[in-house]
Amino acid sequence: MNGPFEKLGRQEGVSRRDLVVGAALVGGALLVGCSPADLMSAGSKVEPGAFGPFIQFDPDGAVTVLSKHIEFGQGNHAGLAAIVAEELDADWSRVKVVHAPANAKLYGNSTAGIQLTGGSSAISNSWEQLRKAGAGARAMFVQAAATRWNVPAGEITVKDGMVGHASGKSAGFGELIADAAKVAPPENPTLKDPKTFTLIGTDRVRRKDSLVKSTGAARYTQDVQLPNMLVAVVAHAPRFGATVKSFNADEARKVAGVADVFQIPTGVAVVADTTYAARMGREALKVEWDEGKVETRSSATIAQQWRDIAAGKGPADLKWEAFDSKGDAAAASAGKGPAVFETTYDFPYLAHATMEPMNCVAIVDGSKVKLIHGSQAQTLDQMNAAKIVKTLPGSVEIETLFAGGSFGRRANFPSDYVAECVAIAHKVSGGRPVKLVWTREDDMQAGFFRPLVHHAVRVTLDKDGYPATWRHRIVTQSIMKGSPMPMKGPDQTAIEGTAGSPYLKATPVVDAQLALPEGGVPVLWWRSVGATHTAFVMEHTIDQLALKAGKDPVDYRRALYAKAGAQRHLAALNLAVEKAGPAPAAGFTRGVAVHESFGSVVAQVAEVRVVDGHPRVGRVVTAIDCGVAVSPDQVAAQMEGGTCFGLSAALYGEITLTDGKVDQSNFDTYRVLRINEAPTVETYIVPSGNPPSGVGEPGTPVIAPAVANALLALSRTPTTRLPFVQAGT
Amino acid sequence: MASMLDINGKTVSVKAAPETPLLWVLRDELGLTGTKFGCGMAQCGACTVHVNGDPVRSCVTPIAALAGAKIATIESLGGTHPVQQAWVKHDVPQCGYCQSGQIMSAAALLAQTKAPSDEDIDNAMSGNICRCGTYQRIRAAIKDAAGLTGAPVVAAPVASNDVDDEIAAASGSTGRGAGQ
Repeated sequence: MNGPFEKLGRQEGVSRRDLVVGAALVGGALLVGCSPADLMSAGSKVEPGAFGPFIQFDPDGAVTVLSKHIEFGQGNHAGLAAIVAEELDADWSRVKVVHAPANAKLYGNSTAGIQLTGGSSAISNSWEQLRKAGAGARAMFVQAAATRWNVPAGEITVKDGMVGHASGKSAGFGELIADAAKVAPPENPTLKDPKTFTLIGTDRVRRKDSLVKSTGAARYTQDVQLPNMLVAVVAHAPRFGATVKSFNADEARKVAGVADVFQIPTGVAVVADTTYAARMGREALKVEWDEGKVETRSSATIAQQWRDIAAGKGPADLKWEAFDSKGDAAAASAGKGPAVFETTYDFPYLAHATMEPMNCVAIVDGSKVKLIHGSQAQTLDQMNAAKIVKTLPGSVEIETLFAGGSFGRRANFPSDYVAECVAIAHKVSGGRPVKLVWTREDDMQAGFFRPLVHHAVRVTLDKDGYPATWRHRIVTQSIMKGSPMPMKGPDQTAIEGTAGSPYLKATPVVDAQLALPEGGVPVLWWRSVGATHTAFVMEHTIDQLALKAGKDPVDYRRALYAKAGAQRHLAALNLAVEKAGPAPAAGFTRGVAVHESFGSVVAQVAEVRVVDGHPRVGRVVTAIDCGVAVSPDQVAAQMEGGTCFGLSAALYGEITLTDGKVDQSNFDTYRVLRINEAPTVETYIVPSGNPPSGVGEPGTPVIAPAVANALLALSRTPTTRLPFVQAGT
Repeated sequence: MASMLDINGKTVSVKAAPETPLLWVLRDELGLTGTKFGCGMAQCGACTVHVNGDPVRSCVTPIAALAGAKIATIESLGGTHPVQQAWVKHDVPQCGYCQSGQIMSAAALLAQTKAPSDEDIDNAMSGNICRCGTYQRIRAAIKDAAGLTGAPVVAAPVASNDVDDEIAAASGSTGRGAGQ
């Protein structure tokens, strides 16, 4: 894998710059000349190769693309590799992808300033960067060939990894590596005219990992086996915020294979030779918890408090933050009669419930840390690990593996499960590897849920039946609270999708406000984040307004998009409606929804029927405008998967708390979508010459309102809370 | 006391206690990590193996119950099994973590039912959860592996007028239908 010019090797010792940067880090102050990325990479031994940080060549000319983004299902590795291969004119069949090492300076996500996969940004964030990387490397090979053959560089051609000249001379990348590596990389290489793309946008851009993921050979954190490795499980508190008061490990220590039992900040760790022994040890463990500062509310109580706050009955000191507001706010609360529409919506906590529960491998040896896991936010993981071991973030090496799903769960500000593993490995110390394994129950009850959310909406219609005033209140717990990244204005993760909605743009008077009461339940982004609820509220409200106005919901949207100048929404809607054709399958009713998230617009026409009182979804016609679709096949895959993910939550997803304890523990109590309930998703891509925008998340939030709108058309009954199917029904 | 197990055509001696679930013996003792841990209570199917040809959830099957049984894991399929070939052709996997179990369930289905109906597929596969939602490609791949025709190809959408046709073509403005 590593070519002769690959320079990602170790360099012993600490450089003067590391010391300077490290001092700045410890002191907490920025030094002149030290960027945040410098600080977060302090102590790192990662150096880019001759062809830059993203491309390496094997001696035989095979290309390895280093992805700064983790692959946990999104298909981004296919797209990232294709961007490089297109500009490099590489042989696509000889391009492979690996995860880049951790280094915020080289591999930072420009949308976050740290190394992080999220916000559906992998392709869009890498588009220019990887095009330049590929074009730059290509130029180096062209120059090397021109020099060797003594011909003008302008006469050199590159195709499928072969460098050639009209004279008949040709050479593969492999034959030219040594010379090309000595050519100075161009600062601004010429990029291709997109019209000349031969790989991007074609069906040749398929996944590179399908075979290893079909043979059991793909390596996940769960599969890491190292010599002398210990497996750890942790007894966690039953309520959020509890700490260990005391524990008795006498019986646990008697379990064959258990090596040690000790307290860590998040509970009591049992380390053993095998996973099963560790689990048996935990079962024999007795822990008493200090519950002095725990969250004791039930989710029903919290939901009622959120409703009270929206109704103006909250605590006096709770701050309301306005967004998208315009005109006379009083007018939005005034007026009575048939032109007024008023409703509320409730959304539950949701677990990510990835197929691979959270886990991590950590090795702590003095001030050196190595993490092997499906890291979604390498920089956060480095900083949190460094804090525990008291070292520099760059001294925390990360080998990023495939992860068995994330949907946002693996990136959080305290790096919860990673920090837990590092704390255990630190205690074990001496460079002995520790694999932390969470059971499904650990995973489902650990929190970091999509927060519980309440919306209250009041709309008055004008004489033509369109919104004249729109009053909107959102109450939820802040996801971004505690973020080390600075934030301006209201928490966008709570309002995105209502904020920026074309329907608010089309409404003359808007009074929209957000309240973020405190809560003891850890909350987090969950695939499509704010859109998980705002798309539902906006799209289901629109169908109810259209019904009230006596208008067709598709025509109603078209009129509002025209008022708002929302051309991309209109194009996606029209494409989905056109492709859906004139009538649904026999026995089905259609619902439509459209939502923009992560820069992309998705429109869906869902065909729904009711079976045994529960909605069942058949055909879902999807249109997406995501700019240039680097891999049409993987765009389709994300629409298929995103729709299932959204539908699963809409039908069944609900985490509840009783007196602060999570009621669900496994897939028997947290029901998820299965194949017999899965829809058939057809995907159409709106033609676009715009740069790529998000794909991994935008397919998730649209299906729930589309289903609700179909049910509204079927029965005239609106949906005011999710999930559709309540537990026990 | 060691137990003897017949795994992937070989008799192996394992040290684990008889009540240990097969899953942990495969993964931790034998290093056969293709079989995955997902739930530990036969809810998700990620741990599916074959026992005498039948799909079985190894996370709840103690090795004491397997004396004399022929056990086959994902590693026994060799990468060229028709189901695996269909999985690659359709790019079924996303995160991939559930796919060993999906493939073992699908292989058992096709060994017993040569031309499965949609209902057969639902019955055989509804014990396997995929959180990425690859279900429609799973369905298409099973039908493909069975030699059945897949769903019809959907025609490409008409390019709207305000974009350059060539850029649009380069942007991948293709229509994609079920399982294509």
